[in-house]
Amino acid sequence: MIVVQNLIDAISLGSVYALAALGIGLIFSIMRLINFAHGELIMVGGFVIYALAGNPMLVMALSAIIVVTILALGMERLAFRPLRKASPPTLLIASFAVSYFVQHVILMIFGSRPMGVDFLSVLGESFEFAGLRVPRLQCIAIVVTLALMVGLVVFFRASRIGVQMRAAAEDFTMARLLGVKADRVIAVAFALSGILASFVSLYLVAQTGTVSYKMGVNMVLIAFVASVIGGMGSLTGAALGGFIVGIVSVSLQAYLPEELRPYRDAFVFLLFIAFLLWRPQGLLVRRASERV
Amino acid sequence: MAEPSTPVAHNPLHTALLLALILLVVAAIAGFFPPALQRTVTQAMIMLVVVTGLYTFCGNSGVFSFGHIAFMAIGGYTSAILTILPGKKEVALDLPVWLEQIQLPVSVAGPVAVLFAGLVALLVGLVFMRLRGIALPMATFAMLVIVYVVALNWQAVTGGRQALVGLPRTTGLWTGFGFAALGLFVAALYDRTRHGLALRCSRESEVAAAATGIDLERERLIAFVVSAMIVAAGGVLFAHFLGTMTANTFYLDLTFVTLTMLVVGGMRSLTGACAGVALVSVVSEVFRSIERGFSLGGTTIAAPPGLQEIVLALILLVILLLRPHGLAGDWELTLPGRSQR
Repeated sequence: MIVVQNLIDAISLGSVYALAALGIGLIFSIMRLINFAHGELIMVGGFVIYALAGNPMLVMALSAIIVVTILALGMERLAFRPLRKASPPTLLIASFAVSYFVQHVILMIFGSRPMGVDFLSVLGESFEFAGLRVPRLQCIAIVVTLALMVGLVVFFRASRIGVQMRAAAEDFTMARLLGVKADRVIAVAFALSGILASFVSLYLVAQTGTVSYKMGVNMVLIAFVASVIGGMGSLTGAALGGFIVGIVSVSLQAYLPEELRPYRDAFVFLLFIAFLLWRPQGLLVRRASERV
Repeated sequence: MAEPSTPVAHNPLHTALLLALILLVVAAIAGFFPPALQRTVTQAMIMLVVVTGLYTFCGNSGVFSFGHIAFMAIGGYTSAILTILPGKKEVALDLPVWLEQIQLPVSVAGPVAVLFAGLVALLVGLVFMRLRGIALPMATFAMLVIVYVVALNWQAVTGGRQALVGLPRTTGLWTGFGFAALGLFVAALYDRTRHGLALRCSRESEVAAAATGIDLERERLIAFVVSAMIVAAGGVLFAHFLGTMTANTFYLDLTFVTLTMLVVGGMRSLTGACAGVALVSVVSEVFRSIERGFSLGGTTIAAPPGLQEIVLALILLVILLLRPHGLAGDWELTLPGRSQR
């Protein structure tokens, strides 16, 4: 029974990680940018909810989604578009700068101390199902993630811009030669990553009940790991990576000896290094042969 | 993309000498500053040691490392454990008896800490340098997180979430200057060796380097260890400058600040590393004093905290946009009339 309980925990945690990793993987697949500032999208979503506390829940959630999406578009327009021709490491450093910038703007406005928010706290209650205690929030996280993923798949298969995005991810130069508008494809990718990030903020705020200007950092680190494990550039890979990291985290939490549990994240990253040595290109990406 | 760099026949030791002379002048002038400002200059000198170390690996190899601040932490904590009074260690930590009883002067503990960090770098590097492309920076990132998590939770050795206090505060302005100069000379000496040359060759083209018989893994490993030791020396200095150690000091914020210094100045040049440290330190100090507040016509105007970091982030972004190779690019300070292209 405890195994099933852990499995539910793992899948729900994994689904949130998968959402975060999808946001990172989406941007990387199209413009080779590892967007460290993705964590700040998540964080700002949290602060929108904090600022609107007391309003109807739907207003809070929708505002978070809208503001975060606009912020994602703004980042692209102001910071990443001018750098489009830069090398991946330079882009990563730039995203660091954007992240640091957004963090400290929030620090300036709201201060550095974590603050409590009452958002969807009813979902913290659990219901009993076949002898298992399942928090509602976890169920909703799984359902919402699945819905978003199905939505993404439909978008990529059925919509014109979605098909263009897949083409751009495959070979950006070729896609442009065939008439795909680079600016539009990248902007849509950022908008989508913003939407994904805002759902992660909804979950984080509902689960922890607090917001702080550093709340996005841990999530973005985990999302990095997840998207690299799945294979940078593969969206299915990013989602898969998210679930794997969720399962590994929960297993470590459950089965590590008591005195080692505080070091859980260190073990996660140690396994990550081992994974990089074994399969640096990720699970779902074939190793590109080096061309001279 | 990397501009094809002309092989400049300058002597890195001349560059280091000139830079050290400039530092000497700065230190001598800073001697007349009020204590608070003197501490700022000292801290800049320590950061220069760290950035010089970063340059030695990142600059020569062209590979970013997000993990070097971990070597600062390793150096700092090792020196802390070796120098704090046994009585204090007994209360705060839970060390093996021989470690608890030991108390060394900083002049002995420091080098031991640096060597220890070098050993860790060698072991880590043996594994990491097998990685190519973006996997290597990601792995260094993972190392940073691991060292941070361990430092934050290993109550018995690091004091865990509580600050480790009682380190002898031996780093002053002139110690800072001495090690900044030493760091520059070590980096310049490394640049002069065939290992430095080989690594810079691999930075321009991994394939061409391999074709001329350069063992990329080995050359990167050598630079990694040398740079980790320089950075660890910076960590020891910083620990004995602050007098306290906390895990949070050595994490993402410091990583960001030091990388900003390196990139803004220009990571391909030692002169650039110095320029970056100088610029970022001056900007930070100016905005920190604005945050502290200044009086204007009888009213005190103070900017909210966070302004300093916002300005730093903007400077980094602007530099990345306008001068991706940093302020200095490939340019090095040399003795006049001696540089032959």
